[in-house]
Amino acid sequence: MTETPRVGLFATCLVDLYRPTVGFAAAHLLEKAGCRVDVPAAQVCCGQPAYNAGDRDNAAAIARQTIELFETFDYVVAPSGSCAGMLKLHYPDLLADDPAYAARARALAGRTWELIAFLTDILDWDGVDADWPGDVTYHDACSGLRELGVRDQPRRLLARVSGLKVNELGAPDVCCGFGGTFCIKYPEVSGAMVDRKTDDICDTGASTLLAGDLGCLMNIAGRLTRRGEKIEVRHVAEVLAGIADGPAIGQPDN
Amino acid sequence: MKTGSSLEFSRNAARAQADADLQAALEKLQRDTRTSRPAVTGRLPEFEDLRDRAVAIKNHTLAHLDHYLEQFEANVIDAGGKVHWCSDADGARETILQICRDADARTVGKGKSMVSEEIHLNDHLIENGLDVVETDLGEYILQLREETPSHVVMPAIHLKKEQIADTFREHHTTLDPDRPLDESKHMTAEARTRLREKFLAADVGITGANMLIAETGSVVVVTNEGNGDLTQTLPRIHIVLATIEKAVPSIEDALSIVRILARSATGQEITCYTTFATGARRAGDLDGPEEFHVVLMDNGRTKLLESGFRDVLRCIRCGACQSACPVYGAVGGHAYGGVYGGPIGAVLTPALDGIDKAWTLPEASSFCGSCEAVCPMRIPLPDLMRRWREIAHREKLNKAATRRGLAIWAWAAKRPKLYRAGARFAVAALRLLGRRKGRFQSLPLAGGWTAMRDLPAPEGGTFVDRWHRERGA
Repeated sequence: MTETPRVGLFATCLVDLYRPTVGFAAAHLLEKAGCRVDVPAAQVCCGQPAYNAGDRDNAAAIARQTIELFETFDYVVAPSGSCAGMLKLHYPDLLADDPAYAARARALAGRTWELIAFLTDILDWDGVDADWPGDVTYHDACSGLRELGVRDQPRRLLARVSGLKVNELGAPDVCCGFGGTFCIKYPEVSGAMVDRKTDDICDTGASTLLAGDLGCLMNIAGRLTRRGEKIEVRHVAEVLAGIADGPAIGQPDN
Repeated sequence: MKTGSSLEFSRNAARAQADADLQAALEKLQRDTRTSRPAVTGRLPEFEDLRDRAVAIKNHTLAHLDHYLEQFEANVIDAGGKVHWCSDADGARETILQICRDADARTVGKGKSMVSEEIHLNDHLIENGLDVVETDLGEYILQLREETPSHVVMPAIHLKKEQIADTFREHHTTLDPDRPLDESKHMTAEARTRLREKFLAADVGITGANMLIAETGSVVVVTNEGNGDLTQTLPRIHIVLATIEKAVPSIEDALSIVRILARSATGQEITCYTTFATGARRAGDLDGPEEFHVVLMDNGRTKLLESGFRDVLRCIRCGACQSACPVYGAVGGHAYGGVYGGPIGAVLTPALDGIDKAWTLPEASSFCGSCEAVCPMRIPLPDLMRRWREIAHREKLNKAATRRGLAIWAWAAKRPKLYRAGARFAVAALRLLGRRKGRFQSLPLAGGWTAMRDLPAPEGGTFVDRWHRERGA
């Protein structure tokens, strides 16, 4: 690429609130891959909670606001398949009948990417410079996998982390039971789903679980600690960026 | 197991989760499906193309449904059969009862038919003095147990072998107590012995239809047990009960769909029997029914055709979405309270029973997308569930507390400055409370979350604030 691409980092509301480290890791990776990263200060949420609750009006209002904030960048990148999928696939549907925004939504969608897919598929980058001693396992978060086709890309980059070995889950593509507000509307059903996921994680013998979506990671981490398991949970970007030295998700300060 | 209505999904789910036998059965189903479907679709390089073709066939048929149904009727009549158009369940039940009465029928043999479940056909016929026997093994077991199917192609998947053996011992009173019933083959043999008598005694055979072929007036029935064939060839009268969206234009189209049906349903390349029935027995035929009736029912389909839910009419009832769904896998089909469980039920039940009676079902999905990924007809099930959520939201059917929480959140999210100030405050407060342990075991207003899992505490500071502080931008 001849010019430095300008990337608007859509941190996602969960990263913004719960785990800024993921945002810094994402920015670090993007900069290493040759991008200029901006973090628009007025960013909020992609609007998925409203969209998936059937509240189209509020979802559309939030979508318009996100479009206005991010449409000047060459690319919009989010460290989440779920939120990237919202911008990429659902904004165009949500605003299809809005004459002032339909084309803008489609244009933004065409430039929006999930972090790992952007690094690998768009920038063709694999300059990972990190080490991680030990075995990890990897959960394929649903939206990234099924909406955006993110599966091999994170594994390809993880293979370049020195010392790291991936022990695959028995069922890496099965939902962890998060599902946004689903997990609080139907806690027992969601609980059964995350229990199957945590059983699967424990069976791999890995000491760390990685994934690309903070919602799933918080759900899985919360269930693992509730069950008293010692497995650490982190966003894949933290390990790839080599800034996974702080406490894991749901763990106290060192 | 008796379960409550669709509106009681949460309670039904809790009961299902406490049922160890059911949980074992569901886990086995999902484990088996994970290997069987990819194995069989992987061996067919053109599987994805076949899906596209099947979608195109159904979309075309649905766009010209009146034409193909009229063509189908004309060809059924040509083949010596009759078509009865029924707009709803009442009409279909009465029509079928009348055909049975006109034939002085006493015994009715039934092939597996989800549409007959939809209209509670058995109850109606039995109330009116007919002896009705389900001839599909799974359905027969359920009839003995007075239960409903929990899966569209594996109706008794919720039962363990031991439960089925007990059912046979309880109902087959002449069964030798020493006869072994430990294995599936023993139970199949026992059921076969009983059902043979019924096949021979039946005056009327009722089957469903996997497809209705317009160009020939043929009815396609796909089974593994052969019961469908005995049900439609031995009795004097064959009644086909089908809904209008089962039409396809040609035999070739039907065969394209057959090729994806079994692979998606049971992980087989083809089922043991794929039967094409065309009209009544002709002069010189060795067997076949004297009368051939097709009861063609709408029951809400025309309304769906004109709605935003048209895509669901492509469904071929393979049950792949049920087998793949992790929510179905946790609670089983009965928890959904309607005739159809799982993702297809979450879309169809609100259409059949009314969204006010089933708004809970489209809510009961994590939108993981597994259903859409395996659906051979590429029905966008999560999108359709979301569409129902939109209707439920508009009609204010969902919980007031959920709506209020969402409204407050959305109000703030539309005001970025205010949102950021609130976020800063909330993160600081949670950080202060949670820093020692790194997580919360309980927290006011977060009971839904902390019921099952700890809530990780925030790291401290919002990302946006920290970024701008560190980068000075």
